[in-house]
Amino acid sequence: MKEVMSGNHAVSYGAMLSRAQVIAAYPITPQTQIVEMLSEFCRTGRLKAKFIKVESEHSALAACIGASIAGARAFTATSAQGLALMHELIHWAANGRMPIVMADVNRSMAPGWSIWTDQNDSLSQRDTGWLQFYCESNQEVIDTIIQGYKIAETVLLPVMVVLDAFVLSHTSEGVDIPEQKLVDKFLPPYKPQYKMDLNQTLAFGALVTPDYNFELKYQIQEAMEYSLTLARKVDKEFKRFSGRNYGLIEPYRCARAEIILVTSGTITSTAREVIDNLRKQGEKIGLLKIRMFRPFPAQEVIEALEDCKKVAVIDRNIGYGVGGILCQEIKSAFCNNARRPEIFGYITGIGGRDVTPDTIMEIVIDVRKNNKADNRIKYVGLRKLR
Amino acid sequence: MKFTIPQEENMHPGHLACPGCGGALAMRLALKALGKKTMVVLPACCWSIINGPFPYSAVKVPLFHTAFETAGSVSSGIKAALDILGKKDITVLAWAGDGGTFDIGLQALSAAAERNDDFIYVCYDNEAYMNTGIQRSSATPWGAWSSTTPAAKEEPKKNIMDIMVAHRIPYAATASVSYPDDFIRKLKRAKDIKGTRFIHALVCCPTGWKCSSEISIKLTRLAVQSGIFPLYEVENGLKYTLNKPQQISPDNKLIRSYLGAQGRFANLSEKDTKKIVADIKSEWLRLLNKIEGNICIKQ
Ligand SMILES: Cc1ncc(C[n+]2csc(CCOP(=O)(O)OP(=O)(O)O)c2C)c(N)n1
Ligand SMILES: [Mg+2]
Repeated sequence: MKEVMSGNHAVSYGAMLSRAQVIAAYPITPQTQIVEMLSEFCRTGRLKAKFIKVESEHSALAACIGASIAGARAFTATSAQGLALMHELIHWAANGRMPIVMADVNRSMAPGWSIWTDQNDSLSQRDTGWLQFYCESNQEVIDTIIQGYKIAETVLLPVMVVLDAFVLSHTSEGVDIPEQKLVDKFLPPYKPQYKMDLNQTLAFGALVTPDYNFELKYQIQEAMEYSLTLARKVDKEFKRFSGRNYGLIEPYRCARAEIILVTSGTITSTAREVIDNLRKQGEKIGLLKIRMFRPFPAQEVIEALEDCKKVAVIDRNIGYGVGGILCQEIKSAFCNNARRPEIFGYITGIGGRDVTPDTIMEIVIDVRKNNKADNRIKYVGLRKLR
Repeated sequence: MKFTIPQEENMHPGHLACPGCGGALAMRLALKALGKKTMVVLPACCWSIINGPFPYSAVKVPLFHTAFETAGSVSSGIKAALDILGKKDITVLAWAGDGGTFDIGLQALSAAAERNDDFIYVCYDNEAYMNTGIQRSSATPWGAWSSTTPAAKEEPKKNIMDIMVAHRIPYAATASVSYPDDFIRKLKRAKDIKGTRFIHALVCCPTGWKCSSEISIKLTRLAVQSGIFPLYEVENGLKYTLNKPQQISPDNKLIRSYLGAQGRFANLSEKDTKKIVADIKSEWLRLLNKIEGNICIKQ
């Protein structure tokens, strides 16, 4: 069934179709509609879940952690300040191997107060052991929530599904709502091997000496590496009943491309249009969308980019003191690769500043005229300060 | 001889508490009262150590170690999950220190109490952050030494019972391991009530209080007898009942012997001691007023 809905409502539908059993969330612009719709689903009984109306995001994730360890499928959603407030428990969920799914609506971190998009909130959680998916459309949002649970519950790691503030969260698109029966077949009820259980009487999360801890952390890395294979498999399986899949990354019109732009989130859609126009004019240019950011699908990225001459990485984030975070990841992926394109880093759209086809064209024009990349960060759409 | 304390033992003999730890005994009694269908939520506190490192556990029930400030919120999550999974006969027991209750965990606890989420919360109050080496908390009494109040604490102890009672939760009580029958009765009573139930248990920490371990029980008994830590119950935030395991009235001599036995009060001057005695007396009167208040409501 197709319905017109916002990115936020796509999140809520995704959680409902996944039959989340415990939801704990706290309102924050631009995520609020997710929580509102889910509480409505719970009220009407469309979703049989306990909705815990917590007093903070910190407690939201803590409650999800409790629910998860007691054997329930848990869901939360937040944005920016809320995500940052959760930080201690973000580690807790991953180190405790709890397959919680969370939606994060990308929003710029304060101060100054902002409700508009950039990726610094979610990217600053990148080393916590959560899988991260960046979505381009509302359809991808609903689908990724469902896929997220399947992946999370197999590898026992939490999954973050990320969408841009307003550009997705508050923009309506046609979304095909997968049939519940089919989702149920794809995503059976959560049956954890270990949980709070009167018959097992385990103690979870006890003090762990240096004798054991290294291996526990190593196993998270191992699970992360396996998630690459698994996410590919789950994505294909998803296609079998829905007709849709996304890949971990998506090369778009990259055949024989000399220049390839790299994007994530909604900038991808804008860039697609630019690429289409340029291809029409005969330019050898393509686009690579990064959908899965953690674990980073480095090998796939290398294969998608190693044959071109120049790569322009477009970051809607700043790793202060270093540069664009996606750009760093891609450079480091290529570090030990024999063949290496020139890698240019561009930062744009911070704090929700519009990224239009003109912005993308400005980047294309700049890459065209430079043959050697250096480590200078290039800013697009930045006003002159002095 | 008739045993009034259940013989059922839900704690293993081996654990890592210091000699004379009132907190260890409190858990032992609580689990005797609540039985095997209990799940423990344990934020950072001495008990995170007492229960043993991986792969050990000192209790015979499932236990979840959690972040310092999350006893309230994690317990809500566990209870919600048990409900939706149809396991309705399990008692969730949040077990936190004074730091995890009066200070860093107060927000989550208050929120859970406001929602009246269905679990028992026990604060075992040893009046400082003992896990990290005896730093003051808002439960540390006025005049006490701690490693962050090297002279003496200058602020009075926060009244956590007043705070919890103000939430109008169905049941709140103070309890003491020095009165095990009363302690067990209260936990059993709590078990039979639905909603947020709060138990405030003063326990002696010989290490932090700087006293010898063999007087641990005696000291918390003195705390009750002297009026420093009265035993009482409050139903629905309104109905106060004073429990009198022994005849109590704030007693100058008893208060002085309580203070005198503890190194943490060694620096008190005579003037300080007089102030403490006066404060305890006025707190006692305040409590009696609340109990009288019951009668007004009944009329
Ligand atoms: C967020 C956070 N801050 C600080 C700590 C360090 N910490 C662990 S236990 C503790 C004190 C616990 O005091 P209390 O709750 O009174 O329990 P006790 O150790 O006295 O039994 C502190 C400060 C922590 N684990 N987490
Ligand atoms: Mg303490």
